[in-house]
Amino acid sequence: MSQPSGAAILVQGLIDQGVEFVFGYPGGAVLPIYDELFGDERIRHILVRHEAGAGHAAEGYARATGKPGVVLVTSGPGATNAVTAIADAYMDSIPMIVLTGQVPTSLIGTDAFQEADTIGITRHCTKHNYLVKDPADLAATIEEAFRIATTGRPGPVVIDIPKDVQIAVPSQSRASKLTATHRYAPQMVASAEQIAEALEMIANAERPILYTGGGVINSGPEASELLRQFQDLTQSPITSTLMGLGCFPSTHPDFLGMLGMHGTYEANMAMNRCDVMVCIGARFDDRVTGRLDAFSPDSKKIHIDIDRSSINKTVPVDLGIVGDCAAVLGQLIAAWGERKPQDLGEWKARIAGWRARECLAYPEKSAKHPDMIMPQRAIERLHALTRHKEPIVSTEVGQHQMWAAQYYGFESPNKWLTSGGLGTMGYGMPAAIGAQLGCPDALVIDIAGEASIQMNIQELGTASQYRLPVKVFILNNEYMGMVRQWQELTYESRYSNSYSDSLPDFVALAEAYGWKGIRIERPEDLDAGILAMMEHDGPVIVDCCVASDANCLPMIPSGAAHTDMILYGDRVDGTMDDEAKALV
Amino acid sequence: MKIATAASERHVLAVTVDNEPGILAKITGLFTARGYNIDSLTVADISDDHAVSRITIVTNGPPQVIDQIETQLERLVPVHKVVDLTAAGPHVERELALIKVAGKGEMRVEALRIAELFRAKVVDTTTQSFVFELTGAPDKIDSFIALMRELGLVSVGRSGVVGMMRGLKSV
Ligand SMILES: Cc1cc2nc3c(=O)[nH]c(=O)nc-3n(C[C@H](O)[C@H](O)[C@H](O)COP(=O)(O)OP(=O)(O)OC[C@H]3O[C@@H](n4cnc5c(N)ncnc54)[C@H](O)[C@@H]3O)c2cc1C
Ligand SMILES: Cc1ncc(C[n+]2csc(CCOP(=O)(O)OP(=O)(O)O)c2C)c(N)n1
Ligand SMILES: [Mg+2]
Repeated sequence: MSQPSGAAILVQGLIDQGVEFVFGYPGGAVLPIYDELFGDERIRHILVRHEAGAGHAAEGYARATGKPGVVLVTSGPGATNAVTAIADAYMDSIPMIVLTGQVPTSLIGTDAFQEADTIGITRHCTKHNYLVKDPADLAATIEEAFRIATTGRPGPVVIDIPKDVQIAVPSQSRASKLTATHRYAPQMVASAEQIAEALEMIANAERPILYTGGGVINSGPEASELLRQFQDLTQSPITSTLMGLGCFPSTHPDFLGMLGMHGTYEANMAMNRCDVMVCIGARFDDRVTGRLDAFSPDSKKIHIDIDRSSINKTVPVDLGIVGDCAAVLGQLIAAWGERKPQDLGEWKARIAGWRARECLAYPEKSAKHPDMIMPQRAIERLHALTRHKEPIVSTEVGQHQMWAAQYYGFESPNKWLTSGGLGTMGYGMPAAIGAQLGCPDALVIDIAGEASIQMNIQELGTASQYRLPVKVFILNNEYMGMVRQWQELTYESRYSNSYSDSLPDFVALAEAYGWKGIRIERPEDLDAGILAMMEHDGPVIVDCCVASDANCLPMIPSGAAHTDMILYGDRVDGTMDDEAKALV
Repeated sequence: MKIATAASERHVLAVTVDNEPGILAKITGLFTARGYNIDSLTVADISDDHAVSRITIVTNGPPQVIDQIETQLERLVPVHKVVDLTAAGPHVERELALIKVAGKGEMRVEALRIAELFRAKVVDTTTQSFVFELTGAPDKIDSFIALMRELGLVSVGRSGVVGMMRGLKSV
C-alpha cells in the first residue's frame, strides 16, 4: 500500500480526535484535503455559504455540545473571511480548530495567488497557531492543537497547511520534533491553603454573592451541577454574566438574573453592597463592572479562573485561585463538609427590596406605536410557549440579544449561544445551524434583529441543503436598535445611519430559500405565530414586527457605577460629556 | 478630553521559550497589541539541541501592567517560564556595546584614557578612530556614551540587557 499523504494524515487525525463535522468551503489551496474527504463516510462536511458562516457554525456546535468545532477553508480570502469568527471564538473562549490551506511552501512570501499571511493575521486572535511545513509534523500537530483548543481556557487554534504539504508523504527518516514534548499543562486544582482561606471568607460572609460566568459553561455540565450544590450549601445569592446564563437555573429563588450594563437592579445592587464576592469563571468585563473605582467598593473578592491572566487584570482581588471551576467547586464542597450556612436573612431581605423595584417591568404599550408588539413581550411569549422543549437559543447582537438574556430564562448549560466578547452581528444563524447539527433533536431558535440577520443571511441556503429545522425569530424594529438607543442617550437623538432602510420582505426571502416564512404584526397574533413556527418541521423565519421606539433597560450608562442604573420611567434622551462618550 | 496615563516601573524579565518559528513575533506582537512597552529585547538559543531560547525583555509600566505582561506571556503556548528578575531579588544585568569614536590629537588621547577607566577594550583602530567594546550595567554604558559624545562619537551599537539571578538558583 502507498504511504498516506499529508491530506490523508490530516483526515485520519480528525477522525482519531472524534470529529463528526467539518464546516468548510473549498478552494484551490485545500483541494487535496477535499479530495480526501470525498466519499469518506466517517466525517460529514457541511458546506456553508461564506467562511464566516463556517466559523460561527463551528462555534455554535462547540457551545451546544461541549466538543471542539472544526473549520476547513482555503488560503487567502477563505482564511481572511474566517478571521471574524476566529476572533469571536477567542474572546468567548470557544474550542475551535481552523484548518486553512496555504500556497505551496516554495511560494510562501512571493505574493503568490491567494496568498495571505494567515499565521500573522491570526496570531493575536488564536490561542495558538501553526504553519506546518512537513507532513511528518501533521499528526503530532493535530494532536497538540486539539489538546490546546480544548483544555485550560478553551480557544481557537489555526493550522495553516501549504498545498504541497497536503500532497507529499512524510519522509521516513525524519521523525517529528513535536511528538516528544508535552508542553501546555493548565493548572486545574487549588491548593489546600487556598481552599481553606476561601472557605473561611465565604463561611463568615454576611452579604455574600456568587458572580458566575462563561467559565462554568466551559468547564462542562459537571461544573453547573457542582455550582448548584455549592449554592445550596452556602445559600448565597447568585448572579451570572451574559456568557454564564444557564449555569444556574433562572427560576431558583436565589438567582438574581444577569448583572452588568443591562443586568437587573437587584444583581447590580447586590454586587455593589456585598461583603464577599466569589467570582467563578468570569472575567470582570467592562460591561459587567461599570466604573471601576465604584465597583463593589466594600467587598473582599475571591476569583476562581483557569487563566491566571484573568486574575487581577482589571479588578484587584483578595484571593486569586487558578483552577478549573468544576475541580475547585468540588474541592470547596468537600471542604465545606457539615457546616451550616450563615443566617443570610437580613441580606436577602435587602435584596428582596431591590427586587421589588421590578426592574424588568416594561410599559404595556409603546408611546409612539401603541398598536405594535412590545419586543420584551415577544420574548416573554416565545419563552412561555417554547420552554417545555428546553430549546437551544442563539442570538445576533443588539437590543434583541439583551432582551433574550433578560426575558428568556435558562435552566441548564449549553442552551444559550451568544457572541458576548466581540459582539459579532451575524453570529446567530450560523451558530444555530452548528448547534442543530450537534443536537439534531433539539428545538434551535436564533433570536435575531433585522439588521444583524442580514450579515450572514446567505446561510439560509446551508440550512436548506442539510434540512436543518432551525427557527429564526426576528424582532424587527426597523432600526439598529442598540445603536439608535445610544444615539438617543448620547447624541440628542440624531439617528445617524441607524435606520434599517430597504429591508427585504423576510417572508418572501424565506420562501425563496425553501424555508417557511411567517409575519407577525399585531399583538393578538403573537402566540399563534409562535405556535405555527414550532409546528412546522422545517426551517422557519418569523418576521415579528415590534415597536421601534422601545429601549433596552435597565441600563448602566458607560462610565457609571452599578448604583446609577437607568430604569424604566427615567428620562433617557440627551447627551454626555466627552469622557463618557469615549467609552464603548 | 485627556488621555489617561499612569506611573511606570522598570522591570527585567527572563523568558524561556521553545525555539520555534514565529515565537519572537508572538512576543513582540503581544506587547504592541496590548500597548505594553519594550525598552530592550535580546534573544538567543541556550540549549545544546537549539530547542530552547532565552529572551530578556526590559519593560516599564505600572505594577498591575507588569503583572499582566508576565501572565500574558505565560499564556503563550511556547513559553515555558517567565521570571521577573527585578521582583525576584538580587540579580546582575549586563549589556554589551560597540562604540565608534573619531578624532585626532588631545581628543583621541582623552577618549583612550576614559576607555581605560571604564575597562572598555579597543577592538578596532585606525589613525583617526577607535571602536570600543564595553560590557556593563546599562547605566555604566550610558555614562560612557555621554562622555564620548564630547570626544567625537560616531556610532553606537548596543546588545540590550541580559540578566541573571545572583546565587545558586537557576535563572
Ligand atoms: C451588546 C452587548 C451588551 C452586553 N451587555 C452585557 C451585560 O449587561 N452583562 C454581561 O454580563 N455581559 C454583557 N455583555 C457581554 C460582555 O461583553 C462579556 O462577553 C461578558 O460579560 C463576559 O462574560 P464572562 O465574564 O462570563 O467571561 P467569558 O468571556 O465567558 O470568559 C470566561 C472566563 O472564565 C475563565 N474560564 C474558562 N474556562 C474555565 C474553566 N474551565 N474553569 C475556570 N475558569 C475558566 C476564562 O479564563 C475567562 O476568564 C454584552 C455584550 C454585548 C455584545
Ligand atoms: C459586525 C458588527 N458591526 C457593527 C456592530 C455594532 N452594532 C451593535 S448592535 C448593532 C445594531 C443591531 O441591529 P439589529 O440587528 O436590528 O438589532 P436590534 O438592536 O435592533 O435588536 C450594531 C450596528 C456589531 N456589533 N457587529
Ligand atoms: Mg433592529
